[in-house]
Amino acid sequence: MVKSLPPSFKDIEPLIRIERLPTIWCPGCGLGLLLKTFTKAILKSGIPVDNHVVVSGIGCTGRIAGYIRVDSYHVTHGRAIPFAVGIKLSKPWLNVTVISGDGDIASIGGNHLIHVARRNHDITVIVVNNYVYGMTGGQSSPTTPHGSHTMTSPYGNIEEPFNIPYLAYSAGASFVARWTVFHDIQLLNAILEAFKTPGFALIEVISPCTIYAHRNNIDMLELIRFLRTRVRIRHGVDLRDVGIEHGKEIILGNFVKRANKQSFEERYYSLVKKVGGR
Amino acid sequence: MDEKLLKPGTYFMEGNIACAEAALLAGCRFYAGYPITPSSELMHHMAKRMPEVGGVFIQGEDEIASIMMALGASAAGLKSMTATSGPGLSLMQESIGLAAMLELPVVIVDIQRAGPSTGIPTLMGQGDIMQSQWGSHGDYEVVAYLPSTPQELFDMTIKAFNTAEEYRVPVIVLADKIIGQTYGRVRVPRVDEIRIVHRKKPSTPPRDYLDYLPYDSRELVPPFAAAGEGYRIHMTGLMHDDHGYPNLSKEASWRLVSRLVRKIRENAREIALWEELWMDDPDYVVIAYGSVYGSVKLAIKKLCSEGYRVGLFRPKTAWPFPGWRIEELDKSGVEGFIVVEVNMGQIYHVVREYVRNSSVVHIPSAPGYLPEPHSLYSQIKSVITR
Repeated sequence: MVKSLPPSFKDIEPLIRIERLPTIWCPGCGLGLLLKTFTKAILKSGIPVDNHVVVSGIGCTGRIAGYIRVDSYHVTHGRAIPFAVGIKLSKPWLNVTVISGDGDIASIGGNHLIHVARRNHDITVIVVNNYVYGMTGGQSSPTTPHGSHTMTSPYGNIEEPFNIPYLAYSAGASFVARWTVFHDIQLLNAILEAFKTPGFALIEVISPCTIYAHRNNIDMLELIRFLRTRVRIRHGVDLRDVGIEHGKEIILGNFVKRANKQSFEERYYSLVKKVGGR
Repeated sequence: MDEKLLKPGTYFMEGNIACAEAALLAGCRFYAGYPITPSSELMHHMAKRMPEVGGVFIQGEDEIASIMMALGASAAGLKSMTATSGPGLSLMQESIGLAAMLELPVVIVDIQRAGPSTGIPTLMGQGDIMQSQWGSHGDYEVVAYLPSTPQELFDMTIKAFNTAEEYRVPVIVLADKIIGQTYGRVRVPRVDEIRIVHRKKPSTPPRDYLDYLPYDSRELVPPFAAAGEGYRIHMTGLMHDDHGYPNLSKEASWRLVSRLVRKIRENAREIALWEELWMDDPDYVVIAYGSVYGSVKLAIKKLCSEGYRVGLFRPKTAWPFPGWRIEELDKSGVEGFIVVEVNMGQIYHVVREYVRNSSVVHIPSAPGYLPEPHSLYSQIKSVITR
């Protein structure tokens, strides 16, 4: 069991359930970096730690809730979003974040994703996109790039992936961004921006997966290098153009910020006030 | 107490509305639901009433979202509910398992209709008895009430919230279309007559959160800390230890799952409800529940007036089922049990578990249709005279 973290992690140590370390994640996995960046964002947010709640679904990313020492819930596959909405609506002063994978959020939880964006609930969703179902052995997901190989697309994926930022934006999200786990400063700032957004905020975080690399005969270090270098930052880009293609440059940035939209919670509680409930 | 809640008195009310008002009186302040016949009136009423009492109403994108929102609200410390009918309850099953595993109190009102599948949405059914207890995978216990009138739907909804809070379990109210959509006399008691239960809170203060065990197995029902109270708790649907952390060991598995079932099984006699009529040394006992009750009562009354010794046993909870009473009746020399229900044999199977000596006969009924008193009279008579 790990008793304490190295000096460079001292600031976030109170936010890590260190008795649970090491994590279950593979060497080379990007989720540890996200754990570090996210807990730093909690510290920098100015929001009291006890007002932070993290909800996760199932999968490798789903385990992140279990390593963060705030009120954290690891629920059923695909259902983190409605569970988080239930918490947020009940205690609107809490800062509720869903952190889950591409399969959890965009496949089995896809319906909840579009409706949470449409209703503009004041929560943040961090979708960790590693292009694949890692925990179950490397099946294709709704974000697996066309042509890439997985256990369920052994001849190359014949499907087209979701363009998650475009999907979230068109469904009504107030803030949409995409970063990789390696862009820690930009990602940290995007998370802080998401916390501040009054309404639905979605950040797609691209993360390397050893399972995905292995199935595609890519060297893991090469995949990491790719995600660090073969990217271009274009804030405010037309979201129709940010779809991810196998082997092609990935567009990153803080794409959308709709400041003038009321969240569901604001609207609901002003309705309650109007009818005299509070 | 809140002046916006239903005043004490006698009302002529639809069952679904009585249920919604009972929930508010019990302290429910979160409702999430998805439209489905024949439960929708309940949701319409909640849409109007929840904002008035300062609670939350939300229409989910589907039944899964609705129950998960209710569970999130429960995790945040609110008393929460959803209402649905058979197909919706089927969709909620995985989440019911999660509620049992996380020990999140929640009330699910099931206004049963005729199944399977889409079945007959506008007619009654009693086909959800088994799925309410056995629908999710793995071993867990729920509590399920069987009201038979709008008044009982009102009373049992309050009880359902209390039971959910006391034992930290999902509680299902198994009404049906006839109870939910019938207008009936509903007496609303004074506030001081209504018993209200709240889940037990931790005695450890939040600053000592590292000492607090959210799943303390030394207690059958551990104290509950809500989101935002400073306990920094973790809840997971994975097998977990007393800290709430994933633990896949044999010991953790046994400790948790045995406690999940023990907390209900060891309190079954406290929780279970039933009613007995004409039980003065009966030769035969008819077992019936829910909206079938009325027809059965008329049929037995006629048989009794003809000199037949027929008693009526009405379970008011399907789960836990008051099986020990069936055993006692079985031992007392009852010749046979006759189970009347609008399905192809659900409580029938449960009854058979407890009967060793007597015969058990099932009188099924076409889903959607209440058996009429005269047809029940002749069917029961043909069993007891053969």
